[in-house]
Amino acid sequence: MNMQLVRFLGWRAVQVLPVLAMATLAIFGLIQLVPGDPAATIAGEYATAENIEAIRRDLGLDRPLWEQYGTWLWNALQGDLSNSLLTGLPVLDEVARRLPPTLFIAVFALLISICIGVPLGILAATRADSALDRFVTSVASLGVAVPNFWLGMIFVSIFALGFGWFPTTGARPISEDFWGAVHHAALPAATLATAGIAEIARQLRSSLIEVLQSQYVRTLRAKGLSPARILWKHGLRNAALTLLTVIGLVFNHTLGATVATEAVFAIPGAGSMIVNAAINKDFPVLQGAVFVLVLIVISMNLIIDLLYTVLDPRVKKD
Amino acid sequence: MTSPEQISAAPARPRTDAAPLLDVRGLGISFAGPDKRISVVRDVTFSVAPGECVGLVGESGCGKTVTGLALMGLLPVHGSRFEGQLLLDGEDLLTLSEAQWRKRRGRRLGMIFQEPMSALDPVFTIGEQIGETLRTHFRISRREARDRAIEALEAVGISEPVRRHDAYPHELSGGMRQRAMIAMAISCEPALLIADEPTTALDVTVQAQITDVLGELSARSGMAMLFISHDLGLVSQTCSRIVTMYAGEVVEMGETDDVLLKPRHPYTSGLLRSLPSFTQRKGRLPSIPGRVPRPGDFPETCRFQDRCAHSREGCLTRQHLLRVGEQRFSRCHRSEDLDLPGVLS
Repeated sequence: MNMQLVRFLGWRAVQVLPVLAMATLAIFGLIQLVPGDPAATIAGEYATAENIEAIRRDLGLDRPLWEQYGTWLWNALQGDLSNSLLTGLPVLDEVARRLPPTLFIAVFALLISICIGVPLGILAATRADSALDRFVTSVASLGVAVPNFWLGMIFVSIFALGFGWFPTTGARPISEDFWGAVHHAALPAATLATAGIAEIARQLRSSLIEVLQSQYVRTLRAKGLSPARILWKHGLRNAALTLLTVIGLVFNHTLGATVATEAVFAIPGAGSMIVNAAINKDFPVLQGAVFVLVLIVISMNLIIDLLYTVLDPRVKKD
Repeated sequence: MTSPEQISAAPARPRTDAAPLLDVRGLGISFAGPDKRISVVRDVTFSVAPGECVGLVGESGCGKTVTGLALMGLLPVHGSRFEGQLLLDGEDLLTLSEAQWRKRRGRRLGMIFQEPMSALDPVFTIGEQIGETLRTHFRISRREARDRAIEALEAVGISEPVRRHDAYPHELSGGMRQRAMIAMAISCEPALLIADEPTTALDVTVQAQITDVLGELSARSGMAMLFISHDLGLVSQTCSRIVTMYAGEVVEMGETDDVLLKPRHPYTSGLLRSLPSFTQRKGRLPSIPGRVPRPGDFPETCRFQDRCAHSREGCLTRQHLLRVGEQRFSRCHRSEDLDLPGVLS
């Protein structure tokens, strides 16, 4: 079993490399399309053409694109995410500083999504086609459709400006002031969680309904089991497989959605770092941030896959 | 008895010597359709004596499975309407509350289904699923449940029952899974086992094994069985009596040998003639033209009339189940004057 696990993890690590390369290459390619020149930005308003050219040479921006990317990737795989074009500071330090607030609101949002989405999904499924089910289903559709930056502004105007229950903007470092961090993260996390709640409730509902109409549930009824036992033991255990997949997707989606939410709440996280880097064409910072986020998403998927082997006996352990 | 006697009002009692275990009297089932109620099964009357094996045969769509599910109380509560009586040990099951039903399901009545793969929960071991049945109906420890589950697996001829106890359904072959299903259904020693097409999804070689297991279990433990199948050949090997259903009605009933030798309804005769194993001739098998009408389209004549080679003008009225001999019943207008071919004629 342990040997199998080691081989499984090793194989996954190998699979990660092409994904990382593709994601960063895509970002690198896209940023070339953005107008602007980091060298000109650094040189300032009154720079001469020679000044700008010198800076370009210093930064290596005069080299062919494939060489720029290749050098970056080679260094990144060795743990060196190089330096910001604008500030010259190591990207890794910057990412390490900006990532915790982002991860914190993403995990917080995921927890809210699960704690509210799962009971709603169960309620809707067990009362399929009732008024409650229709209510949950339609609110869930709305939750998926509403743009979260808009929702964020609504939340701010009601709960922060209106009632004054929460701060409007900013974040607290988790290490220094945990409850302060929770208080500051509550509104952004709630904003992010709306789509997650909706997605989890919808998917759990349909998966549970499918399970409850299955042939083996008919067998369970033929054995004399009560509906409660069928739901809580067999229904949820089988629907948990779908739920696991959905939770993974919701987390990845939430992480992506932090970009807009951080802008609304002025949170100094990885999302706003990405936005600034994109505006300034600071591609090492952008790629470094994407590199780390891709690693996080891949790790999450790996955890989900590992849980699958625990939950579903049909998944081969090797 | 010379003249046919109408019996639909009175129960058909096949064995006057033994009080029936199961007595189905004039069972009617209808479902709520999109614009009107749809009658699926009508005037179904038959009985099963303790320890007896009765075969319920007919093409798909004739109401066999619905009848089986009704006996288990597994039809949807909303939209289903029932008529008549379902007497188990003299108690009318149709008057039971859901909680009372639950005490009988799996305990007094067991049921096995056609698809052994999809009929078992994929994420629990088969031992766990058998033990669960036992622990639902008896106050026993997990250990005891495990021992009895292993015994049940042994009883249905599963080799290495201790190892198989901890196997998941997907780790077993189709035949094994069906054996596990049977073990689960018989673990609480029900008085009646309803087997709904238990071998249809299996290989031919495995079919015979499963049929043998069922026959043996019934003989050994005195468990009665209602064997639902479209395959008259298979049913005739296990069952002492045969009930033929067509378009939601019982059309013929009798001892297996009598029915095989001399069917009294053209539909049964047609089913017998279309069995490859019984036909000696080469070439095309005779088949019954047309298909079973769908519920809601049942004619108010004899329901088999439009597919029947023997239909006359007199067949355009509804017929009741007639007593046509000792233990023999037929719903045919012409059961007295027809000499229908059986398999041994």
